[in-house]
Amino acid sequence: MSANTSPAIELRGASKVFKTPAGGLHTAVRELDLTVERGEFVAVVGPTGCGKSTTLTLVSGLEEPTEGEVLVAGEPVDGVGDKVGFVFQQDATFPWRTVLSNVMAGPRFRGVPKAEAKQKAREWLARVGLAAFEDRYPHQLSGGQRKRVALAATFVNDPEILLMDEPFSALDVQTRALMSDELLELWEGTGASVVFVTHDLEESIALADKVVVMTAGPATVKQVFDIDLPRPRKVESVRLEPRFIEIYREIWESLGEEVRITRERGAAHVA
Amino acid sequence: MSPEAISAPAPVDALKPDRAHSRARAARRRKAVVTLARVLLLVAVLGLWEALSRNKVIDPFNFSMPSEIWDQIYTWVTHGTALGSLGEQIWVTLQEALFGWILGVVTGVVFGIALGRVAFLADVLGPYIKVLNSIPRIVLAPIFVIWFGLGSASKIASAVVLVFFPVFFNAFQGAREVDRNLVANARILGASNRRVTLQVVIPSATSWIFTSLHVSFGFALIGAIVGEYIGATQGIGLLVAQSQGTFNSAGVYAAMVILAVVALVAEGLLTFAERRIFRWKASDSGH
Repeated sequence: MSANTSPAIELRGASKVFKTPAGGLHTAVRELDLTVERGEFVAVVGPTGCGKSTTLTLVSGLEEPTEGEVLVAGEPVDGVGDKVGFVFQQDATFPWRTVLSNVMAGPRFRGVPKAEAKQKAREWLARVGLAAFEDRYPHQLSGGQRKRVALAATFVNDPEILLMDEPFSALDVQTRALMSDELLELWEGTGASVVFVTHDLEESIALADKVVVMTAGPATVKQVFDIDLPRPRKVESVRLEPRFIEIYREIWESLGEEVRITRERGAAHVA
Repeated sequence: MSPEAISAPAPVDALKPDRAHSRARAARRRKAVVTLARVLLLVAVLGLWEALSRNKVIDPFNFSMPSEIWDQIYTWVTHGTALGSLGEQIWVTLQEALFGWILGVVTGVVFGIALGRVAFLADVLGPYIKVLNSIPRIVLAPIFVIWFGLGSASKIASAVVLVFFPVFFNAFQGAREVDRNLVANARILGASNRRVTLQVVIPSATSWIFTSLHVSFGFALIGAIVGEYIGATQGIGLLVAQSQGTFNSAGVYAAMVILAVVALVAEGLLTFAERRIFRWKASDSGH
């Protein structure tokens, strides 16, 4: 199989079992099969806490699957590769570095000379609209601005694969819509393949080419939906289109059931 | 003002100017009252001590009195001590404390970070460090005098063993408590293990380490003084020992006052350095 024609990401029967602090075993992901084509934007939705994030850590190489295979560009994942970018749910900017230095971190870690790294970082800061903030420290920025720094710091490495773990969930609704549009713009220039994990169905439909619905934990793929909305999209307007609402209804039928199962389990735990 | 002010909007701005004004005035008044009460307390305690001692309610030979202590300091400053000039004694002690402190801090940080990062090392050395820590380390001072002689080396050694442990435990804890997200992010961005240690673990552990630096400079002084007290040719500790030997209680107290001043100045310098290093921290996070 040639690396050029193989899909960007392939998970084949991947499972991940964690040891819990109490000594028990917790299966986060079970027999997961998922294929992401090159340049495709895939959103993964599922009930909270079902193991969506674990899928991303498997693809990133931060964790190894207990069973099954994870391939990136046709090659089995072995540790953290240089093709992958990851935007985390929580703030992961380095608080002791300035904005510019944060964006330079990736290229510098990868051995790019300082002057070149600085120039690339400035370009990306300009693209996310933070050129005037390069000397600030993260604590001097708003949540949305910090997320922009995280995006710039990720994109500056030219990732072929972009993994996003509920990146905008901590932001307020307006900032969130704005950031989603910005993400689409940034992504459209790169041709990267994206896996975007979220529990927000609207967000996933507005952004993605393909929405993957996960089951209640342990997570596995329940159903995959193709989103045939035309690009370029603006998230605020696309969600008013009749086709969007149709798709939403269709997917919710599948997702709602899993959400219900999760909720009932939660209630059983409390009782 | 520092740029941190940007992120902390002052609630005062939202108030009407006259209210803000009266609030500021009340705050100023409170500060003045606190300062006044402090001064009064000091005067009362010193005055009581002086009065009790002069009227022989407490034995002036044992307890001395503030005026005598002051005279003693004055004599030392103007005529020098029996060991040489006072400045020289302070300098000797300070040098020993400083060397011991730097050595203790460096080894403490290196060991702390190494054990915090490498689980194998922590598992192997952990019990031994616990045992060493449970030894009352001040009893090592006489042994150091035997090993290293009456010069400054034995004082530096006792300062090092006192400083090492608090710094070590803080650095270790700091390395353990690093935000896992930051480490994951650095690894994704392409950082090697060495880079993660140098550029993520150490910077995030610095606030832990700094906490221990404040305490440990005091320990370094104690180490140096105790070492000098047991056997030395120079230093404030020896001054204490000599004053005690000649039944000069005012001398013992005077040496204590001088030590307190030295420790406070050192503490102030450290706080200043900390402010410079932690510019990246939000101004409202502690301190």
